[in-house]
Amino acid sequence: MVVESESTKDESVIDVQDLVTYYGTRKILDQVNLKVRSGEIMVIMGGSGSGKSTLLRHMLALNQPAAGAIRLFGKDPSKLSAPQLHAIRQRMGVSFQNGALFNSLNVEENVAFPLREHTRLDENTIRIMARMKLEVVNLAGFEKLMPSQLSGGMVKRAALARAIVMDPSLLFFDEPSAGLDPVVSADLDELILRLRDAMKVTIVVVTHELDSAFRIADRILVLDKGKVLILGTVDEVKSSDNKRVQNLLNRKSEDVIVNPDEYLQRLTDDLAGL
Amino acid sequence: MTYLIEEKNDYLVVYLEGEVDLSCSPEARRVILDCLQKQRHLLVDLSRVSYIDSSGVASLVEGYQVSRSKNLNFALVGVSDNALNVLKLARLDQVFPIYTSIEALLQGGS
Repeated sequence: MVVESESTKDESVIDVQDLVTYYGTRKILDQVNLKVRSGEIMVIMGGSGSGKSTLLRHMLALNQPAAGAIRLFGKDPSKLSAPQLHAIRQRMGVSFQNGALFNSLNVEENVAFPLREHTRLDENTIRIMARMKLEVVNLAGFEKLMPSQLSGGMVKRAALARAIVMDPSLLFFDEPSAGLDPVVSADLDELILRLRDAMKVTIVVVTHELDSAFRIADRILVLDKGKVLILGTVDEVKSSDNKRVQNLLNRKSEDVIVNPDEYLQRLTDDLAGL
Repeated sequence: MTYLIEEKNDYLVVYLEGEVDLSCSPEARRVILDCLQKQRHLLVDLSRVSYIDSSGVASLVEGYQVSRSKNLNFALVGVSDNALNVLKLARLDQVFPIYTSIEALLQGGS
């Protein structure tokens, strides 16, 4: 039997504690708790409006919690100086849903951008590094293409190459499979797994694609209306007898139940004469 | 990162030690290119490297390309599993001549 030592157990790259956040008066995340362990692939799932993208923004230290706390690499981002926060962000890579490539830069320049922005490496080193990462994502030979010339899958892979160009120890994917056909999506999943194994990188994936989640996840967090519905391994999530989890797995929509007072307030907030 | 340079037969051997990352890969690059500037065959021993990032690997790639343009030999020896994983990810294990040890290279082994 393998006994997990205390130090191993506490090796959380991300530690979310009782996180609460609002957009206006609307509660988006409600008492969310989550520890992402070093080297694991954590998949965050949930329907539209479940709060998964907001949770991602907190993990990127872009949002401040209304209550609760978040720690990245053991540090509370709200208590860091700008240079300290910058140093933490340099250890993180993000692959955005739409790629977020610079339209005026070609593929290689896009991938090299973080290196030119954040390092003083020799130009030769920068170009070799960018091309290595394009090789990793199977985009070798497409260096000179502009983003407008790329397919959806190629945009995702170029964005991934840029996300890993600084060798991050923590990598985020926002909807990596969205808009991709199943074969391209499966290729991307394979790539994510290869990266984790080769670079020992901790990966957080936000997705609503079940097939992809089950292929790559070590653990899955399912959010529902801002609350943690379940946190467990793929098998634990699949075998859950929770009705809402099963509805999510079976892609059944549910009637939205509103709080009448809050709903009325949302509809009439800030209106003249009310 | 620290380094040591020794002569062995026709080769200069650069022993890199410690972590080769963004902060010190420019020094590794300079050392490698300086050796090649002396028109010497080069071995880079990575057996004491605990971590090498992409910038370190890029320095090796540039060194290898420079050695080829000068018709000099270049090889990596003592590549750890971690370093090999980084090389494999970018398929560079298929590019570099890699030997288990300096002795293996000098005796014509693998």
